[in-house]
Amino acid sequence: MKYRDLVIVGGGPAGMAAALAARAAGVEDILLLERDQHLGGILNQCIHPGFGLHHFKAELTGPEYADRFARLVMETPGIEVSLRSFVIKFTKDRDISYLRPGAMEEIRARAVILATGCRERTREMIQIPGERPAGVYPAGLAQKMVNMEGWIPGKEAVIVGSGDIGLIMARRMALEGVKVKGVIEIQKTSRGLVRNVVQCLEDFSIPLYFQHRILKIHGAARVEKVEVVRVDDKFTDIPGSVFEIACDTVLVSVGLIPENELLEMAGAEIDRATNTPVAPAVNLTSIPGVFACGNACKVYDLADWVTRDSELAGKMAAQYLKTR
Amino acid sequence: MKRPMTCIECPQGCRLEIEADGARVISVTGHKCPRGDKYARQEVEAPMRTLTTSVLTRGLELKMLPVRTSKPIPKEKLFETMAAIKRIVVSSPVKAGAVVATDFLGMGVDLVACRSLNKA
Repeated sequence: MKYRDLVIVGGGPAGMAAALAARAAGVEDILLLERDQHLGGILNQCIHPGFGLHHFKAELTGPEYADRFARLVMETPGIEVSLRSFVIKFTKDRDISYLRPGAMEEIRARAVILATGCRERTREMIQIPGERPAGVYPAGLAQKMVNMEGWIPGKEAVIVGSGDIGLIMARRMALEGVKVKGVIEIQKTSRGLVRNVVQCLEDFSIPLYFQHRILKIHGAARVEKVEVVRVDDKFTDIPGSVFEIACDTVLVSVGLIPENELLEMAGAEIDRATNTPVAPAVNLTSIPGVFACGNACKVYDLADWVTRDSELAGKMAAQYLKTR
Repeated sequence: MKRPMTCIECPQGCRLEIEADGARVISVTGHKCPRGDKYARQEVEAPMRTLTTSVLTRGLELKMLPVRTSKPIPKEKLFETMAAIKRIVVSSPVKAGAVVATDFLGMGVDLVACRSLNKA
């Protein structure tokens, strides 16, 4: 069995910050595993500005924010980056099996930081009834399609949920010539940043329907329309308030769920409601020597705070290795 | 006449109160930093936005290259600028910060690569 001092799973903002901070705190043997072909994680598809105002005192786009860290990580001796590397097994003794092109590797780590990020909540998880036509996408998936693949998902879109990803995608689709016909939010206020309501919706005259929900998605092969209803303070449908919006695309932006299957596989305690590790403090898990940081630990609203807390995770792992 | 405005310079999103006579700003209140004052005056006079989008690549390791305008551009030119950007195809490797198109649309603004891309 090959031993490594510190293995970090995930090369997004959390994993990169943790690696650099652990290295600065004296860890000399760090392996950073990233399943994609580049470092950066979700930042690579977040091409809008708004990153780095706290950490770099400059407003950067997601790829620019990622690039600054990725360069440092690649240039730092002591941090080995393994791309296209996917962890398939993780145990409480910190044994890790991962696939990389052409090989399966089995290693044992003295400490591990899981920086595996989030997945999106889906249509099924909020139970929007109706038919099952094509044209319903999680907003973050649509973001990857538009920004990284150059595929425009439709011509007329309705967005469910006013979280930041939904708001940012409303603007992005509008700029790409999609008619964005409305954002439907069941709550009285947006869960996203107020600046995004202004610069993503108001700038493009996109209506935001508070206290409304989608009653049904209609369409045979492709989405044809959605039925929308107004709800009261108890989320009960208000009779007579139903109206229809014709559209061929529905983007669902209803939150994120930490991706913690590896932690679960190792037998760590997980909070079922939030899918986050049960621990006394940020970055810790119930297994000694196993840390979780970034969106895998809790869902953050700003990448800058992910960086700040993940740097702490790197230091915590370094401290653990010293005292062990 | 006073009117409300939300500052979009940073995630704090300060609620501003603008007193203006047409496009002439008399006073700005509610901002927690100097950027809010500057934003409000600019927004009343001529709203500006930084545009970010992706352009097609050919023969590079990713299908799209994220780009941004080097400076904010007039808000009313966003769609015209998007149309012009759609005609660009990048086929040489680029470094983050490299200029993809200079003095874009005669606005004195460059189009800048937001990441590095190598050959496929």
